[in-house]
Amino acid sequence: MSMFNVFHISGSALNAQSMRLNTTASNLANADSVTTETGEPYRAKQVVFAARQVAGTGPASVGVQVTQIVDSAAPMRMVYEPNNPAANAEGYVEMPNVNVAEEMVNMISASRSYQNNAEIMNTARTLLQRTLQIGQ
Amino acid sequence: MRTLLDKSLRFHHTAFNLQAYRQELLASNIANADTPHFKARDIDFGAALNSALGRVGDGSLAAVDLDRTHRAHIEGGAGAGAENFAGYRTEFQSAVDGNTVSMDVERAAIAQNSLHYEASLTFISGMFRTMGQAISGQ
Repeated sequence: MSMFNVFHISGSALNAQSMRLNTTASNLANADSVTTETGEPYRAKQVVFAARQVAGTGPASVGVQVTQIVDSAAPMRMVYEPNNPAANAEGYVEMPNVNVAEEMVNMISASRSYQNNAEIMNTARTLLQRTLQIGQ
Repeated sequence: MRTLLDKSLRFHHTAFNLQAYRQELLASNIANADTPHFKARDIDFGAALNSALGRVGDGSLAAVDLDRTHRAHIEGGAGAGAENFAGYRTEFQSAVDGNTVSMDVERAAIAQNSLHYEASLTFISGMFRTMGQAISGQ
């Protein structure tokens, strides 16, 4: 029954969008983390979405999958802070390459997409419930 | 041979299946609204319905069903699947990432399709009720 596939499709999108929201949260939380476990400054992370056919269904069911999480290639932010223990010989501290404005936009976009997919799931649920009531 | 029940329900049942299929396509479009290079798809509903009902164009001519005696055979004739009528949407505004999903178009299509699905349900329910009434003879 194809209407049930809607749950798989929208479910995969909810999963992907919440992952995107998670990376945005860690990027914003670590916008000023000068060091990490490796000793390097934090690098902004971005998710990569790819369209994938839902297993065991026809070509119409195309869900979303997060194929990888990549580190942003943007240049690191250099801040002049000679008193900071992490400062280099010239007095500059290498700060994370997180673009706060970009992350906020990402967050809004992800939450709107999440809402949209949840709405589609709700519609499918209502329609299936009505289908169950045929002949009553 | 088709029974009376099958005959009277066939139209709505076919439309119903196609609407469920279309809902699946539209859900895929919305799910992939942020996926780079994803192309939005939809079906030509009228053509798909006519084909599924075994009619051609104006609905007068009956198409011939093709039997598939081997799994490698291509599906054809009246039984051709709805996938054959799925096409790509024309984009209104192009995106840098090559995605052609327009959220307002998709949401409008979903709303319309849901309503049509519910209408089919109502028709089928009504038919059952009518038949029940005829059987009980009251």
